[in-house]
Amino acid sequence: MRKLALSDEILMTIEKPARYIGGEVNSVMKEADDVDIRFLMCFPDVYEVGMSHLGIQILYDMLNKREDTWCERAYSPWPDLDKVMREKNIKLFGLESQESADHFDFIGITLQYEMCYTNILQMIDLSGISVYQKDRKNDDPIVIVGGPCAYNPEPIADFIDIVYIGEGETVYGSLIELYKKHQGKDYDRNSFLREAAKIPGLYVPSLYDVEYNDDKTIASFEPKYDDVPRTVLKQVVTDFSKTTYPEKPVVPFIKTIQDRAVLEIMRGCIRGCRFCQAGAIYRPTREKNLEDLKRYAIEMIENTGYEEISLSSLSSSDFTKLPELLDFLIEEMGKRKVNISLPSLRIDAFSLDVMSKVQDIKKTSLTFAPEAGSQKQRDVINKGLTRDIILKGARDAFIGGWTKVKLYFMLGQPFETYEDIEEIAKLSEAISEEFFDAVPKDQRKGMVEVGASASFFVPKPFTPFQWAPMDTMESFTNKAHFVKDKFREQLNKKRLKFSYHAADVSLLEGILARGDRRLAPAIYEVYKNGGIFDAWGEYYSHERWMEAFEKYGIDISFYLTRERADDEIFPWDFIDAGVTKRFLLNEWKNAKKGIVTPNCREKCSGCGAARFGSGVCFKNET
Amino acid sequence: MKLRIKYAKYGSLKFIGHLDVMRFFQKAIRRAGLDVAYSQGFSPHELITFAAPLGLSVTSEGEYFDGEFNSVTTTKDMVKRLNEQMVEGMEVLDVRLLKKEAKTAMAVVSASDYVVYIKSGYLNDKAELLFNSFDAFMSSDTIEILKKSKKTEKVVDIKPMIIKAAVFPFDGIDGLSKEYLGERDHEKGFFMFLKTGSEENLKPELVMEAYCKFLDIPYEPHAFSVHRLETYMNDGESTVPLYMAGEMISDE
Repeated sequence: MRKLALSDEILMTIEKPARYIGGEVNSVMKEADDVDIRFLMCFPDVYEVGMSHLGIQILYDMLNKREDTWCERAYSPWPDLDKVMREKNIKLFGLESQESADHFDFIGITLQYEMCYTNILQMIDLSGISVYQKDRKNDDPIVIVGGPCAYNPEPIADFIDIVYIGEGETVYGSLIELYKKHQGKDYDRNSFLREAAKIPGLYVPSLYDVEYNDDKTIASFEPKYDDVPRTVLKQVVTDFSKTTYPEKPVVPFIKTIQDRAVLEIMRGCIRGCRFCQAGAIYRPTREKNLEDLKRYAIEMIENTGYEEISLSSLSSSDFTKLPELLDFLIEEMGKRKVNISLPSLRIDAFSLDVMSKVQDIKKTSLTFAPEAGSQKQRDVINKGLTRDIILKGARDAFIGGWTKVKLYFMLGQPFETYEDIEEIAKLSEAISEEFFDAVPKDQRKGMVEVGASASFFVPKPFTPFQWAPMDTMESFTNKAHFVKDKFREQLNKKRLKFSYHAADVSLLEGILARGDRRLAPAIYEVYKNGGIFDAWGEYYSHERWMEAFEKYGIDISFYLTRERADDEIFPWDFIDAGVTKRFLLNEWKNAKKGIVTPNCREKCSGCGAARFGSGVCFKNET
Repeated sequence: MKLRIKYAKYGSLKFIGHLDVMRFFQKAIRRAGLDVAYSQGFSPHELITFAAPLGLSVTSEGEYFDGEFNSVTTTKDMVKRLNEQMVEGMEVLDVRLLKKEAKTAMAVVSASDYVVYIKSGYLNDKAELLFNSFDAFMSSDTIEILKKSKKTEKVVDIKPMIIKAAVFPFDGIDGLSKEYLGERDHEKGFFMFLKTGSEENLKPELVMEAYCKFLDIPYEPHAFSVHRLETYMNDGESTVPLYMAGEMISDE
């Protein structure tokens, strides 16, 4: 029997001990002596969140398919255990072997959202190595990070050995082979890192120098040595039929956020919404092969025993083989009594038909994401959705028996006026009126409910809005109150609801998203003062962050509310994400003028992603 | 067809709670390809129900659940197929076919027996006292404990819920499989046969707490491991293990 890292006494005094014992169905056990490489894959959030993440399952499976590598998992210890580990000097450990982090060659951490940065420091610190990269010892494990936030890793660059830019399926093999060459008694950490920097897609922050202008903008961003590349090219999977997919994902004992089998059908998005970072960094859009997907779906269900399967992509309605795939799933999953959890689909006759087949209409609500209230503003953000399409979709749904509608909006977008946001209330009212108009009184099975919610827009790197000033917290609050009042003025106000998210967390997200290396000491300060689990409202302290920024003389308006010059050097400019800065700048100018850019299938707009030679950029999409 | 499935839960799986064990078996049955019956509706679920829930940190070799199946094979085949889907810490021991009119395990549970033992490294100076005074404790006419609920506190006599309890060497306990036990320094423990179920239910931890009070020593909950040996029902005449309600299915 495996010996657990934590004693019974500890496990019985913390919440949900099952988070820390490993041993789940399909988790991989190997003999430590039989492998060359031990990799600890970390998710800087609690187990239930981390176990729901598809990317980790893909990489875990891929690395464990290698005979020379044993990949284990670790998740952020919840504050109750975090405290115990510090008191008793217990190190972070792999769930599989239950051995501490110092037994590992690599500590990989995924960067899914800015609010987990303090948890990254928590995981590094609990591993028993120096938080700052420059202080690490020769034999310390290599800390490598990847994921969407790696597209601006600069705020945390000082804590990281290697940043992986792009999709994990591509260059881990080369990195592991290189490491094996360096392993042994002459192992030198710095020479390994220097060589790793030459692998396409791998960025080693310690090998670059940054100079600043008097106005605090970046003057230069240069490699320290001639053999270190000036730009780092994003790595993408160019042929999904040849890449690995986890047919045997790990099945947690406890209920997690995503408690089902997940089938990724497509990567990338053709839409080009100007606020959306994922839509830019995952370009080009690449569909998976229908026959492969059918096989994966069956294999995953048979290997996990899950009662539910869901589809994953940025915009599932744009998957060209969706009708065929759903027909197959309805038939095959029905036989196996497996529910199909639909992704949010564009509301039209097809999706309404599918939904009525797999869901209980009475219990589900329809979701629209107009993002903006007025057509002018939807053109600014390039959301290719018109008022007519929304109203028609809602009308069809009401006739089909649905009564609940959810609407997602963002406040604080570039060029937004009070007239634009008033339209949020008016659009919600118009949707409710469709119900009364479309469904005769005697056929109404319930009463219409329209729930609109607004979040605070945060400009992100590699989007046309990377130049945009972020709205102030005061302005956001005023706007939210204004919209709330406008809802009260509507005729069907009793059938409408409006809610909005807290703004302080968005503010911090804004600073970290477009931040640079000068933020590092403040992040460390927050961590030292007890800041972890910032993504969890109950643990987030806005004050703690503001004090840390003040202590290190960080002017937050520099990162948030300033409009950037067209030719400013951004901290993330060293990354070549395929999508060019010239294209993004052009899109920024189109946004100002409200000019709509067609989606990738209508017309190629020359964003630059075609250089990867795959996907929608070419006629044979798959 | 109704089946009654007996299983053991041990090792690190003692930290998996009752609801998660149910979810684990729902998935295991599907992976094993057993022909379980489902409820109707948009979200069909497996028709299985569990017997007496086991507390967190307690191990057991006498756990049960009942399930409705559309078709069955043999006991041997189903035990094998389920065990291919188990993880370390979970083992299927028996599958029995119940009579059509049999009541669910949950409804008929009346008693369980346990062995409580001292964990390795704990209570070194008190072990002898604990082992030697138990008979004296058990010969008390009443064993009163203070039962606290949210609003009320009342004194309850737990003695009538103890069917039998004594210190035994492990080798003298019928049906105990020592491989399921955790680390310990003594090869003996407190055997307890206690009432279990919806009407009367006594946990062995409560007996140990009362015993420590009797000895006037502090009760250290983490010092003891609890292992359930078997779950029983009353078939009208006598108290028998739950599996006795069903028949083994053989090839003939």
